[in-house]
Amino acid sequence: MELLKIDHIEKYYGSRSSLTKAIDDISFTVDKGEFTAIMGASGSGKTTLLNVISTIDRVTSGHIYLEGQDITELKSGKLGKFRREKLGFIFQDFNLLDTLTAFENISLALTIQKLPHDEIEKRVRKVAEELGITEVLEKYPYQMSGGQKQRVASARAIVTEPSLVLADEPTGALDSKAAKQLLERFNYLNSERGATIMMVTHDSFTASYAKRVIFIKDGKIFNEFNRGNDSRKEFFNRIIDVVTLLGGDVSDAL
Amino acid sequence: MLFKLSLSNIRRSLKDYAVYFFTLLIGVAVFYVFNAISTQTAFLKISSDTHEAVDILKTLLSGMSVFVAGVLGLLIVYASRFLMKRRHREFALYMMLGMNKSKISALLLTETLLIGLGSLVIGLPVGIGLSQLMSALVAGLFEADMSEYRFIVSGGAVLKTCLYFGLMYVVVMLFNSFMISKSKLIDLMNSGKRSEKPKLKNPVFCVLIFIVAVLMLGYAYYNVGIATKVLSQKKLYICIIMGCISTFLIFWSVSGMLLKTVMSMKKTYFRGLNCFTFRQLSGKVNTVVVSMTIICLMLFLTICALCASFSLRNTLNSNIREFCPVDVEYELAIGNYFDDLTYCDIEEAYAEGGYDLCENLSEYVHINIYKDRGFTMSALIGDKKDEQASKYRFLISDFPETIVRVSDYNKVMELYGRDTLELGEDEFIVVCNYSESEDVRNHFMSKGMELNIFGNTLHSKYDKCIDGFLFMSAQRSNNGLYIVPDDAVDESGRDMDYVFGNFNTDDPDEKAALSAAEHKRYDEVREAFHNNHGEDIFGECVTRDELKASSVGLGAIVTFLGLYLGLVFLIACGAMLALKELSDNVDSAPRYAMLRRLGVEEKDIERSLLVQSGLFFLLPLLLAALHSIFGMRFGLYVLTVFGNTGLGPSIALTAVILALIYGGYFLITYLCSRSIIRERKEL
Repeated sequence: MELLKIDHIEKYYGSRSSLTKAIDDISFTVDKGEFTAIMGASGSGKTTLLNVISTIDRVTSGHIYLEGQDITELKSGKLGKFRREKLGFIFQDFNLLDTLTAFENISLALTIQKLPHDEIEKRVRKVAEELGITEVLEKYPYQMSGGQKQRVASARAIVTEPSLVLADEPTGALDSKAAKQLLERFNYLNSERGATIMMVTHDSFTASYAKRVIFIKDGKIFNEFNRGNDSRKEFFNRIIDVVTLLGGDVSDAL
Repeated sequence: MLFKLSLSNIRRSLKDYAVYFFTLLIGVAVFYVFNAISTQTAFLKISSDTHEAVDILKTLLSGMSVFVAGVLGLLIVYASRFLMKRRHREFALYMMLGMNKSKISALLLTETLLIGLGSLVIGLPVGIGLSQLMSALVAGLFEADMSEYRFIVSGGAVLKTCLYFGLMYVVVMLFNSFMISKSKLIDLMNSGKRSEKPKLKNPVFCVLIFIVAVLMLGYAYYNVGIATKVLSQKKLYICIIMGCISTFLIFWSVSGMLLKTVMSMKKTYFRGLNCFTFRQLSGKVNTVVVSMTIICLMLFLTICALCASFSLRNTLNSNIREFCPVDVEYELAIGNYFDDLTYCDIEEAYAEGGYDLCENLSEYVHINIYKDRGFTMSALIGDKKDEQASKYRFLISDFPETIVRVSDYNKVMELYGRDTLELGEDEFIVVCNYSESEDVRNHFMSKGMELNIFGNTLHSKYDKCIDGFLFMSAQRSNNGLYIVPDDAVDESGRDMDYVFGNFNTDDPDEKAALSAAEHKRYDEVREAFHNNHGEDIFGECVTRDELKASSVGLGAIVTFLGLYLGLVFLIACGAMLALKELSDNVDSAPRYAMLRRLGVEEKDIERSLLVQSGLFFLLPLLLAALHSIFGMRFGLYVLTVFGNTGLGPSIALTAVILALIYGGYFLITYLCSRSIIRERKEL
């Protein structure tokens, strides 16, 4: 089932004399339950793409539909409601509130939807169990490791059961072991919970956990393919091939 | 190049600097206004007696301006330290680019200089403008004539302001240079990134400490505000110290206590942004316990100073209206001591010196009082003396009591426009208006009292004193007069002779001139009498103008100092809170950006910010207001001698001033904070 439809979007920065096309006519669709990675070098437009999907930024032209609703047409008054009900965010630097405990950080996503307290408690405990962070729930961010923080952030992103989870370089600040653990959790959330995840990364290893990869270069889609029945290892090799093809930029980043 | 960089730095961080600059500006303006008082008043037509008050005020103000300069200096150092912290990463960048520390110091020096010059250039005109308004206030306070007033600038005050503030800026520069020379590059670089370790306190311990603090405060409140009458000086000091300590403890524990309470109400805590809001607030309060305590105590002093000074002034003014109903009172007797006088007709004494006492009076009453040597308060109380001696020792004297014939009393009352009295054959009435004396007299009169004077026995008409007075005064000071039937006195008991009257003019200027002339005339009569008889005259001439001048002068000085100190303290408090709140919100800006991404509505974020700022400003004010209620009760008790009319309007006026300045700071802080957390929307 089609969840997200990107329809010929463009995003320009700057004035007429010095125009930068951050996104130059991109179209694709994401089905419900898909785990998509978007790859590209710095400046390729992948973060801009994530920003326009998350309604943090606006497109210059084109349309984005989520569950059939055109989010580029949303009034600014409706954006908050849209974000807290339909989207979940995971950031490179976790973005947890350092004054709140893990439990409070996760519950914040629910309290702003004005859910009853018992319901909040139940859902936070459940998602914490799934992500293996039950024992750190009463801790503050400064008392946790990077991996734990990112799992708390992930819990916050999915506890509202959003239509789409957006992750921006989620493994960027993690060591390889923590990164692997996190990605395995993503896989679990995707396959067991049916969460639709869209992840931006420049790391081939991270991308190889996804089921589908879209490559972006200079604001355009360069290539895309599905994992199909490949093992993760085979999929990783295919990704590396494309990255090599892409040329210097991405291999620099590797 | 350095200059250009400094200028662009200031322009860039204009928002951070706004509160700092605003504070400097008000500081300069207030400092100028109060130092310009002496020049401003020179053009006002004030009576010579009031001029003395103005002179005292000037001396006090110049002393106090040193103290105020100290307070403002501390505030400026505090504010600049905040700004420095904000810019650590900027300094780190300069250092990494190869700028050495002395260059950075020079950069800061230029910035401070620019800001300082700016504050003086803008602040002085503001101050000059305000001081014209202040002149009107002074004129009102001293009841001066404004007709010859014109716009003036006080060179001395301008110079003094520049000097003091120049000195303060030099201190700030030294402080900044010292700080830069001490700092390490790595610390500067990491200063923005530190993941703040929240200062956590054991909530149960917090609740415990809070209860202890409340109990301590309750004890101090009870002693100072309710059991005031038995409060010894030593105990007062103990209570003050306890008040300060408990204030500190309350701020130390309040955030933990509040958080614990709110957290236990899970329905409220886990609703909307409440959990975020209270965590933020508790973090804020926890890091500024000492500042909060100082701010709260300063607010307390401000409220008391403003309230007490307004109230005192109102009281003094209304006292003059009530207790000085005529223009002049002459009193005269022969002798040297208050309790050993010989009667002498005052008009005759004047005539003897070649004067007509009544030549300037349109209407007057001539009476004399009586005294029976054996009739003193202590004799009257007799054996009951010991019982009450400890409580009212200073009121029970061995001086003969004052006795007035009822017809004489009524004549004066008719002149005063007050109620007259009626007496039966063997009755008497005690007239009194000093509350302490009234208490002790009522105490004895309630048991029934008999009077034996000049061989007559009289009974009290009432079982308590009647409110009233005979002699002119600036306050309630009549501690008791016996009004007796005309034939109950013996001419041998004649004591002081009195004339009460009004001048035969309505013009205030002419009245003032007459008032001075009458004093001079009395002295001449005194001298002539001494030359003629070899005996001294006891007594004086009391005019309303003179009483008014000394009383209003006192009121004006107190009001003025109260206003000055109150304003400076208020500004300091407001600025400290505003700076802390703003710098906290700059640090918190990413958190708000985060909340927006989570989909929190803008109005919810603004409400959370409003609650945070509001409670942050309200907490010290609430405690200070509570302190003030009991502090004022004590103040009123101390000031009973002046009476305490007009407390309501004083409190209202104080509230208006508080609302304007403190509320103004709150509003500016909230609006600035809102734009700070908004500006990083596109993070």
